[in-house]
Amino acid sequence: MEASSRRAVLAAGAGTAVAGAAAGLTWASRPAAAGPGAGAPDAPADGVVPFRGAHQAGITTPAQDRLHFVALDVVTSDPEELRALLTAWTRAAERMTAGAEAAPGGTVGGGPYGVPEDTGEALDLAAANLTVTIGYGPSLFDERFGLGARRPGALRELPAFAGDDLDPARSGGDLCIQACADDPQVAVHAVRNLVRMGFGVVAVRWSQLGFGRTSSTSTSQVTPRNMFGFKDGTANLKAEDPVALDEHVWVDGAEAAGGAGWLAGGSYLVARRIRMHIEVWDRSTLQDQQDTIGRDKKVGAPLGQRDEFEEPDLAAVAADGQPRIPVDSHVALAHPSNLDGVRILRRGYNFTDGSDGQGHLDAGLFFIAFVRDPFRQFVPMQQALARADKLNEYIEHTGSALFACPPGLRDGQDWGTQLFA
Amino acid sequence: MTTSRARAALLILPLTLGLAACSGAADGSETTGSGGPIAVTASDTACEVARTEAPAGTVEFAVTNSGTKVNEFYVYAEGDRIMGEVENIGPGLSRTFHVELAEPGTYQTACKPGMVGDGIRADFTVTGSSAAAKSDDEKLTAATTDYQRYVSSQADEFLEETTEFVGLVKAGKVEEAKALYPTARSYWERIEPVAESFGDLDPKIDGREDVVEEGMEFTGYHRLEKDLWETGLRSDSGAIADRLLADVTELVAKAKAVELNPLQLANGSKALLDEIATGKITGEEERYSHTDLWDFEANFEGSKAAIQALRPFLREADPDLVATIDSRGTALGDLLETHRDGDGFVLYTELTPADVKKLTEALDAFAEPVATVAGAVAKG
Repeated sequence: MEASSRRAVLAAGAGTAVAGAAAGLTWASRPAAAGPGAGAPDAPADGVVPFRGAHQAGITTPAQDRLHFVALDVVTSDPEELRALLTAWTRAAERMTAGAEAAPGGTVGGGPYGVPEDTGEALDLAAANLTVTIGYGPSLFDERFGLGARRPGALRELPAFAGDDLDPARSGGDLCIQACADDPQVAVHAVRNLVRMGFGVVAVRWSQLGFGRTSSTSTSQVTPRNMFGFKDGTANLKAEDPVALDEHVWVDGAEAAGGAGWLAGGSYLVARRIRMHIEVWDRSTLQDQQDTIGRDKKVGAPLGQRDEFEEPDLAAVAADGQPRIPVDSHVALAHPSNLDGVRILRRGYNFTDGSDGQGHLDAGLFFIAFVRDPFRQFVPMQQALARADKLNEYIEHTGSALFACPPGLRDGQDWGTQLFA
Repeated sequence: MTTSRARAALLILPLTLGLAACSGAADGSETTGSGGPIAVTASDTACEVARTEAPAGTVEFAVTNSGTKVNEFYVYAEGDRIMGEVENIGPGLSRTFHVELAEPGTYQTACKPGMVGDGIRADFTVTGSSAAAKSDDEKLTAATTDYQRYVSSQADEFLEETTEFVGLVKAGKVEEAKALYPTARSYWERIEPVAESFGDLDPKIDGREDVVEEGMEFTGYHRLEKDLWETGLRSDSGAIADRLLADVTELVAKAKAVELNPLQLANGSKALLDEIATGKITGEEERYSHTDLWDFEANFEGSKAAIQALRPFLREADPDLVATIDSRGTALGDLLETHRDGDGFVLYTELTPADVKKLTEALDAFAEPVATVAGAVAKG
């Protein structure tokens, strides 16, 4: 396996002689920037992202630098307790995203004998574009809380994929909170305070810190690099392209039929913890790396081209008769032309959880994607990748979860009334 | 055993009940003196308070947001303790609220445009004589009397069981001593915060082997635990047992004489749960015998006993809090029962990581409301 793939790489590379050719971890070309008034949210200058709106913040919001993601299980059997917590969470989340304490005067205002309602580590910090995004897992809609009739059709367990090595302790969950901010302490503060409010009602199942965004979700952002050193998310869906977002990201009213009407205008969140075998990758040749990804490492252009944002030419053939972009490269397999036009909004983060006990980095990509229907978008894409992606030599999926994220909140509305209404 | 810092905190808490927030109902005193509510105009850059003085009692503010940002209005006592606040005042909106300012003195008002920062502050003076609401002194006094009775009874049992345990060790009856060990210790664990408040006796009786690092000799229950489970009885085991009995005798005399205040009860009930969280649920306390769940149960019972003593007061002061504590306490107790084995429990080493996670979750759920009891007591 190792030997044959190496030969294939050599064959594909020989004779290309296209230095600065081209590649990138995602597929379609950069969408044309939409005109003004198209609803493209630039990061506000004062570092506060509006909490309310048609859609939840933290999806098309320009990806912040840091992530704290937590999946929780509901431990109470009383739906009222859950509903009250969702209401209390809304208030605290709205306050914190504005840069305020989780509760008024929460740090010291309770006096010397009170337990502070806010833990205080973000007291002197700016809002740092904090967003708090909530999602509900398939298991929340079992018989426990009377929500069975409200389960959206596409909110069910993801199938197993070839090569998965999923850890149950890093997978699933009744609900999730995605906190993103440009300051890691602000993101951690948000999750810490929300988790604390939930003791007795919810319990943390797993959580993940991410230290660097791996996607740009706005044309105003430069494309960041993943832990393989490649630009990642070049061809991502962008906030400035509302037509594509409607087509690929937001659940429309007709799909959210019957009891699942609460999801209209929402989106599905797919989370995958992808461990990278960093040390093995790092001792691969540049050509091997570029052929694996299908893009040039420095510029990010598709192999055979010069500019990062050029459309990959999957038909281009090198002098040796082999495709310039190997057919089993990541870019080729994930290209919409190979997936019936499927696209996704990626919003993942690099992670490093220290070392693994054997002296290797426990690092990789915490993949987050927002999609309109996971079974029409993520599942076929991941099946294609899991079967053939050259990248599989260097990665392993160790965690997996699917959540349905409700739409944004109107004035006066909260997550409790939105879900249980 | 707890850290010396926790021990000190328990001892030095002053008895200042009835002086704190006093947000109870006004006793018919005049509202805000003459002239009705005090108008506050809050803009994005200013906080205009129409009058900056009021007589002690209920003060009414009418806050109007004339700015463009969401605003908040606070009244602070010294140290930024919040006497009252009104949040989420949208642009153009007005809110009226009442705050109890029972003690004369200098307070501060603050508007917080955008909900962040220290706010735009100004001094606010409360005049006249104290209008402190009557505190529930009788119920709280009864609580301390009740709890002291509990401490006393546990202390007596502790001495009795320790005497028997020491006898078994000295007679070389290893199996019987091992059987009695977790039960005898449970009396200590129920009143641990009180027992530990006598600084030097705690490490002598309950110190783990690490006390050697602090330059002390390794004595007491855990030294005998090591002898019984790990090394077998040694030549000095009998002498160690004699010292244990002498130390426990001294401790029991002190514990029975201790005077407690209601805040110490409240803090003690939380401290017992902290003991579980940091020592028992981790399997650290009983590293040779692995009888940590006996300690877990005893700490939990001791915590509930302190809450029980405060119950008549709490039931009036904060009935919702009592209901939450009760339901979460029941859940934790039920979960602990699933690990029962005969009269005792399974050993810590038999618990799976999933068992420990569930116990931790149930403990977190119980400890959060218990931690707020002190605040309720301080409010009187």
